[in-house]
Amino acid sequence: MATKRSAPAPATLVLIGTRKGLFLLAGDTGRKAWRLSPPNFLGHIVQHAVLDPRDRRTLLVAARAGHLGPTVFRSTDRGRTWKEASRPPAFPKAPAGETGLVVAHVFWLTPGHAAEPGVWYAGTSPQGLFRSADGGETWHGIDGFNANPMRTAWVGGLQEAPPDGATLHSINVDPRDPQHLYIGMSAGGVFESTDGGTRWQPVNKGIAADFLPDPDAAYGHDVHCLRISPVDPDVLYHQNHCGIYRMKRPGDRWTRIGEKMPKSVGDIGFPMVLHPRDPQTAWVFPMDGTTVWPRTSPGGKPAVYGTRNGGASWQKLAQGLPAKDAWWTVKRQAMCADARDPVGLYFGTTSGEVWASTDEGKRWRCIARHLPHIYSVEAADA
Amino acid sequence: MNNVLIPSPLRSYTGNRLQVAAVGATVAEILGDLDRRYPGIRFRMIDEQDAIRPHIKIFVNREQVRRLDAPVAGTDEVIIITAISGG
Repeated sequence: MATKRSAPAPATLVLIGTRKGLFLLAGDTGRKAWRLSPPNFLGHIVQHAVLDPRDRRTLLVAARAGHLGPTVFRSTDRGRTWKEASRPPAFPKAPAGETGLVVAHVFWLTPGHAAEPGVWYAGTSPQGLFRSADGGETWHGIDGFNANPMRTAWVGGLQEAPPDGATLHSINVDPRDPQHLYIGMSAGGVFESTDGGTRWQPVNKGIAADFLPDPDAAYGHDVHCLRISPVDPDVLYHQNHCGIYRMKRPGDRWTRIGEKMPKSVGDIGFPMVLHPRDPQTAWVFPMDGTTVWPRTSPGGKPAVYGTRNGGASWQKLAQGLPAKDAWWTVKRQAMCADARDPVGLYFGTTSGEVWASTDEGKRWRCIARHLPHIYSVEAADA
Repeated sequence: MNNVLIPSPLRSYTGNRLQVAAVGATVAEILGDLDRRYPGIRFRMIDEQDAIRPHIKIFVNREQVRRLDAPVAGTDEVIIITAISGG
């Protein structure tokens, strides 16, 4: 345990969203010493917290308390002071006599394109897509998705919703084109827009959906985490309820690269993490998706798996992790990479531990423990 | 002017004050006035379809109201309570 009270000026800031609040973990330049903040928004469920890479000061937090409605908190000084969004994400009021959608919680936050400072996207439960043009102060629904006549068909109903609620997540903005967006949904699948969100097309060919009668369904799939490569945005990876996939655009069919994972481990999990500079390198955190879906580390033996060749082969990366009797897992927002060289990897567990590797996954050590159930982990250059 | 009792989860909006004043002839108007004085507080209690959120209870004097158009008289006290449950 390297957490201590007085660390040098932070070089890496790890944002930890938990079931009981937000914690900031500041690392030194060597990523060796870490200083944990007191809780922010203690008692709030923090699904996601993201620092704006464009200014390195604006920090948005998707939060709700158990008995209060959902909101977004904003800081423009990296977490020293906070204000609440004056217009949090909310669906439009339905006409009299009709039933309207209600945002249960804001689930995902994505900063917009580098050329659009102040633009952010948010995904909600149930599946809704929202945009802010003022740094998260006011949010407006993207009607091209939220009011799309096909939305209900795409996302299904309560029967299709996961236990913690259906979500829109994995909002990816093409670094070459701010109008080019990808989203992932549980349930719904992968969708793409090339006009900033006005029109959407499903991108689900080749994805298994064991829970759908049609093996070639166009939509309705259960995406757990979708990422586009920052260095080659035509390369997409995603962790699905039914396997690990990769696609190279302009192709439109996913390849199940998880079939190369060890059969005893399988290719089910939540997160998907990509290398910031190598489109062939990615990491996953498998969980037990057998029988009734325990969603724990398979066999109680947690391990990261990494590929250096686009999923043609996978290596187990577990040095330093518990060898046995560790029945936690890692949620879809709770694993990430920094941009350093070598790349640092971080994940937070459902048992409240944060683990880090500063050598791209070879060795791991626990850098924070005794936190609440962790929902999200994001690393930022401080 | 009506007296409104604020539950502890919402007192971050009222400067930690338990009792605040608001004006209105209905619960909706009281909540609207409350939100003008303490921006953001209404949406934490009332969803975008104007329904009272599941764990929020609103009383006018000692009587629970379930609709925002419930009337409020000039001397009525409005009491907002959050159910405390879960882990």
